[in-house]
Amino acid sequence: MSLTSDPLATVVQGDNIGVWGGGTLPYAVPSKKLGMWLFIVSDAITFSAVIFSYGYLRLAATAWPRPFEAASITNATVMTFVLLSSSVAMVLAVRASSMGNVNAAVAWLVATALGGVIFDVLHIREWLGLIEQGVRPFHNPWGTPMFGAAFFSMTGLHMLHVTIGVIYLLVIAVGFGRRKFSTVDVEVSGLYWHFVDLVWMFIFPLVYLLSAKTN
Amino acid sequence: MAHMPTEAQVHQHTAPTGFIRKYIFSVDHKVIGKQYYFLAVFSVFVGMILSWLVRIHLVWPNAHIWGLNALSPAGAPGGVISPEYYLSLLTIHGTLMVFFVLTTAPQAGFGNYALPIQIGAEDMAFPVLNMLSFWVTFLALCALISSLFVGDGPPISGWTAYPPLSAVGRSAGPGQGIGQDLWGISIALFCAGSLLGALNFITTTVDLRCKGMTLMRMPLTCWAWLITAILSLLSFAVLFAACVLLILDRNAGTSFFLPSGLLVNGTLQNHAGGSPLLWQHLFWFFGHPEVYIAIVPGFGVISHVLSVFSRKPILGYKVIVACLLGIGFLSFTVWGHHMFLSGMSPYSGFLFSIPTLIITIPATIISLLWLGTVFGGRLRFTTCMMFALGFVSVFVTGGLGGMFLAQPSLDIFLHGTYFVVGHFHMVMGVAAIFGMFAGTYFWFPKMFGRMLNEGLGKVHFAITFIGVYCIFMPMHFIGLEGMPRRYSSFVNDLMQPLMPVHKFMTIAALITGASQFIFFFNLFWSMYKGPKASENPWESTTLEWTVPSPPPFDNFGGKHPVVYHDPYEYGNVQNGKDYVMQTDPAGQPARSQ
Repeated sequence: MSLTSDPLATVVQGDNIGVWGGGTLPYAVPSKKLGMWLFIVSDAITFSAVIFSYGYLRLAATAWPRPFEAASITNATVMTFVLLSSSVAMVLAVRASSMGNVNAAVAWLVATALGGVIFDVLHIREWLGLIEQGVRPFHNPWGTPMFGAAFFSMTGLHMLHVTIGVIYLLVIAVGFGRRKFSTVDVEVSGLYWHFVDLVWMFIFPLVYLLSAKTN
Repeated sequence: MAHMPTEAQVHQHTAPTGFIRKYIFSVDHKVIGKQYYFLAVFSVFVGMILSWLVRIHLVWPNAHIWGLNALSPAGAPGGVISPEYYLSLLTIHGTLMVFFVLTTAPQAGFGNYALPIQIGAEDMAFPVLNMLSFWVTFLALCALISSLFVGDGPPISGWTAYPPLSAVGRSAGPGQGIGQDLWGISIALFCAGSLLGALNFITTTVDLRCKGMTLMRMPLTCWAWLITAILSLLSFAVLFAACVLLILDRNAGTSFFLPSGLLVNGTLQNHAGGSPLLWQHLFWFFGHPEVYIAIVPGFGVISHVLSVFSRKPILGYKVIVACLLGIGFLSFTVWGHHMFLSGMSPYSGFLFSIPTLIITIPATIISLLWLGTVFGGRLRFTTCMMFALGFVSVFVTGGLGGMFLAQPSLDIFLHGTYFVVGHFHMVMGVAAIFGMFAGTYFWFPKMFGRMLNEGLGKVHFAITFIGVYCIFMPMHFIGLEGMPRRYSSFVNDLMQPLMPVHKFMTIAALITGASQFIFFFNLFWSMYKGPKASENPWESTTLEWTVPSPPPFDNFGGKHPVVYHDPYEYGNVQNGKDYVMQTDPAGQPARSQ
């Protein structure tokens, strides 16, 4: 891909600056990977818009509930730990697949998906607990109805991404095990998973820690 | 890296044979481009009919309109449009035109068709995703159109769907029930389709250029599509989030966009804690880049066409690229100028006013470079060239109005009047549509293998060009007089003395609209009966003119083109030709780099 080895450089007269070899991959980024990066950019903006809305309304509100007790924060911390661990498993899956170790890659992919499932289960338990306490998108026991709306829409959007990610990872695991998908596909699914993980690192402090019970 | 397959090999696929795989669920970018194009043609037709109804109602509010009674017995009892139904029609007109015409045809239509061929690729980077984005857009159109036929009609909240009106539901008025829900679903789907399309465009442009096609050798059309795709990627994501929140407000009881203590039709709404301004921020953060999503592909086509038919290299290729990038960047910093009237600190107003004025600089530079390209050229007055020159005219005329509106103090008076209606129709609507006409007359031979009728085309141009000035220039003046927009009628009003101007505009709109049937006829008649087009009827240099009209399934018949020249090598006569194809290794460039 170096410019000097390009046969065109000698053919084109008076213009040998920046001759493009054509059809090869710039910076060795395959289309699928670039496509996923672009998707991540736009998805990050969607999350940003929702988080911006939350900040806008929270700042405008006269009061905002801080209902999360130590148990809730502990639960959310465990969720964070599980999600971060699954990202480590994802890194190991990508590494195994690039070294040609198919079985290890599939195992790590399944482990990653399992992390996602545990996260979802813990999260749904949390949701059910809050719903039991009377939290709704339009009402909650502590005043400021928007608390429930912001909580459910932000964490719900994230949970949807985790769930889609679990399905995506399992599809990749099965396909990679059957040699239908390449190393690039594993890596691209990893990009998505790390992104979902990263979004949680914003939601966890903004939703939970900023609303932890102070007394 | 030598063992790595090239992207061209990765993306190879064979031509389908069945009718459905070939024409309906096709993955061929050429078929998808045409599908988008005809989706836009359908939408522009419906949108135009709606604008006729709107114009007729303004001038003859008691007119009985044939067939309207059957479409909406509640909205138009006896065929007479009610004030609410006027707003419904206005909403669908705006939504159709902005999303399904201005966003669809110039980018997804022509871009899909021409971008891969112009950069020497066999198809888009993700053909299946491409098909998916078309069908998602198609579903979005179905959802929007169906609002005309269900419940009490389409929403009355306009194409911007401002809350509280759009968020409180049925009690807010006719169309605010199922109609507004369908609007929200339609636009959310449209966002998803546009996002998929945008990432496909960017990846294609980055990865699939053929040998020798450096970024600075791409036709300006490709630059315009690339920049538009980046704008779409970054802005539709925000509108998507806003639509989701709006749908939640309407159906899950949340109050993102609804404040407390809201009285609607005498009923206290059970909402609290939200802000209608939040919607405006989210909407216009999308909405202003959207203006450029509509017009930048037009910039590309016009730059391209002016160079071809002036037989001169485009003046300042690199400057135009830089200006397009500048416009793209600045378009994300000016959304607040749509909200001066909504109440804003004068400091914020100032902050949004300055980049708004700065954005006129790259736009002006591009316009002057167009004039410089045409100046001293050996002009060929094809219909396509006329629409390109018409584009420059309407864009500059419309853009001048923007200078007034960028001043917060003037905007507070003008924003709620017909001045704004005239301004954005001229600069965004008509200009973008002229870009689409130019694109149609230019690429039709390649797309359908036949020529459009030039005589009909020139008649179409003449009526349309004079017509749009007759419709939209007076709007500026009645706006200065203070005539408010979105009012359904001005009978027995202090605005009564201006009614003759409205009548003039309505008659001009009816005539201009009728002249579009010349275009529709030309389009469909020439598709089957027009004279056969040669490979390169316009003596143009870019890659799409090196392949047969229409091109084979893989565009280049298994060959891989190699590019040796800039895209606009015109005017240097050699071997009896005044142009050098991009793929011609022997040709001498018109001027040195």
